[in-house]
Amino acid sequence: MPAYIVRRLVSGLIMVIVMSLVTFLLFFASPIDPARVSCGKNCSPALQKQVSKSLGFDKPVIEQWGDFLKGVVAGREFPADPAMRAADPKGVVHCSAPCLGYSKLQNATVGSLISNSFPISLSLAIVAFIFWIVGGVVLGVTAALTKGSLLDRGIVGTALVFFAFPTFWIGLFFYTFIAIKWQIVPIPVYTSIADGGVFTWLNGLLLPSLTLALFYMAGYVRMTRAFVLESMGEDYLRTAKSKGLAPRKVLIKHSMRAALTPLVTMAGLDLAGLMGGAIITESVFNYNGLGKLAVNATQQLDLPLTVGIVLVLATFVILANIIVDVLYAFIDPRVRVG
Amino acid sequence: MAKTQTTASVSRGAPTDEATVLSVQDLKVHFPTSDGVVKAVDGLDYTLQRGKTLGIVGESGSGKSVSSAAILALHDPKRTRISGEIWLNGTDLLTVSEEQMRRRRGREVAMIFQDPLSAMHPYYTVGNQIMEAYQVHNHVSKKQARSRAIEMLDRVGIPQPDRRVDDFPHQFSGGMRQRAMIAMGLINDPGLLIADEPTTALDVTVQAQILDLLQDLQREFNSAIMIITHDLGVVAEMADDVLVMYAGRAVEYGPTKEILTHPEMPYTWGLLSSVPDVKGDTSARLLPIPGNPPSLLNPPSGCAFHPRCTHRSKVPGDLCRTETPLLIEGNRGPGHTKRCHLANPEQIYETEILPVIAPDLVEES
Repeated sequence: MPAYIVRRLVSGLIMVIVMSLVTFLLFFASPIDPARVSCGKNCSPALQKQVSKSLGFDKPVIEQWGDFLKGVVAGREFPADPAMRAADPKGVVHCSAPCLGYSKLQNATVGSLISNSFPISLSLAIVAFIFWIVGGVVLGVTAALTKGSLLDRGIVGTALVFFAFPTFWIGLFFYTFIAIKWQIVPIPVYTSIADGGVFTWLNGLLLPSLTLALFYMAGYVRMTRAFVLESMGEDYLRTAKSKGLAPRKVLIKHSMRAALTPLVTMAGLDLAGLMGGAIITESVFNYNGLGKLAVNATQQLDLPLTVGIVLVLATFVILANIIVDVLYAFIDPRVRVG
Repeated sequence: MAKTQTTASVSRGAPTDEATVLSVQDLKVHFPTSDGVVKAVDGLDYTLQRGKTLGIVGESGSGKSVSSAAILALHDPKRTRISGEIWLNGTDLLTVSEEQMRRRRGREVAMIFQDPLSAMHPYYTVGNQIMEAYQVHNHVSKKQARSRAIEMLDRVGIPQPDRRVDDFPHQFSGGMRQRAMIAMGLINDPGLLIADEPTTALDVTVQAQILDLLQDLQREFNSAIMIITHDLGVVAEMADDVLVMYAGRAVEYGPTKEILTHPEMPYTWGLLSSVPDVKGDTSARLLPIPGNPPSLLNPPSGCAFHPRCTHRSKVPGDLCRTETPLLIEGNRGPGHTKRCHLANPEQIYETEILPVIAPDLVEES
């Protein structure tokens, strides 16, 4: 098992490195000069050349990529050109390892920008995750147990509605009506636990995470229902029943145990994907999370920031994959890793 | 030996015989569907005594598994209509509540299934699943249940049972899994064990071992066994009585030796003709039964077997098509009943069937 984990981590690392190269190459394939973007409004060819040099854009792509990887491991200093650093020692920005680059547009290191947004996205993802898993499983099992009844149809139908409604619509509805018009909850503003305590933190996250959760919950309701119904047709459930077990034990120990196992895989990957995937929700509620940061960076053609975010998010997905695979070996005894 | 039975569907109440474990009377299992009612079992009578084995034979879809699942009330009551009487140890199971039925499952009647891999939960150890079967009916500690499970695994011939008890089903071979299923079924010493095609999914060599084991255990526990199969070899090996089912009804019923040597119903002839004999001479032919089992939604009129029967021309008039034959005694005396209009089945069997399927037997005599 440890050998397996090490092997997966190494292959994950290789994947992240390949990801960074692909992102680099994609950006340089575009016709826009990143130096022109970072140069500002009153840009002259000379100034643009200077910016290009200070950010290292004048070097070949592969060399830039090498510098980037070196920065991740050992840290970097900006401007990239040693002569420019010597000319203006005060303007030198030190970016300590793991350095993901420097955004000239924001005048900040990519690392600091990401670490500002990260807790917001993480909080949102985790609270939404709890909502959708609890809601999805409880409603899904209820629907499966009352299959064909009015309750079942109601749950499945409502889930379909939430699945079909665009997130921005639900988000805006929550924001305008529940928060502003009816004032059921305060207008959601992100407050970190350190600043306002758990209650304020949770209060601010309520509406956005619910918005996010409803979409996923809808999918999980339907999947849970399908998995539970599927497990009920299995031969081993008939065995459990023929032993004389109580219906509740048949359901919880035998049916649910089998039905919820595949959900673990999906939930792990969805959670990781959500880290940078809550763009719409973050925009509606004006949360400065990673998704919003990524969209802004791409729109402004902020190459270093984009590459940095892509890399961080890719690492999350890859890590989640490894965790889910290792976890699966524990929950399904038939799976042998290694 | 089999009890003679009335063919009319009149309730006879609880069996008075002490030795009778199971008595099924006019059992009907119908599934209403949007296309109509599927009569999977349509009037079935049989009795089974302590220490005896009843073999139920028939093609897929003849209702043999459905009727046995009804004994354990495993059908979804919302989608099934069951009528008749199922007397198990003096109680009509069709009259007891779901909770009372649950307490009987596994304790008075246990079941082992065709495919032991899918019949065991993949996420729990074999020991866990066997212990569970014991603990649900006995208030014992986990430790006691475990040692009982190990004891049972040892009894059914699992090597190193104290270690293998913690294995998962996928770590067992097919034969060992079926042994473990038998251990699970017999752990509460039920009076009746229903084996639903227990050897179908196994290797031939393992099949013989499992059948031997079942016979051994039957002698030890003196339980009644109901074995459902389409393999007449299994019946010949195991069963005291045999009941041949076709389209949800018994078409021939009697002591195994009698039925296998003097079958009187063309469907039974068909089953016998379909069995290859490794020792038999190569001139013997395998004759499959023509056609397919009938739809139980819309069974043929008269004798359900008539569209596939090659002997129907020997019955005068159109009787096979118009009138359902009763399950009655033929010329072989009490204990052997059949559902057929043929007047002289014995003669037809000896002159037309036997020479084809077992020429050597005819030459000898």
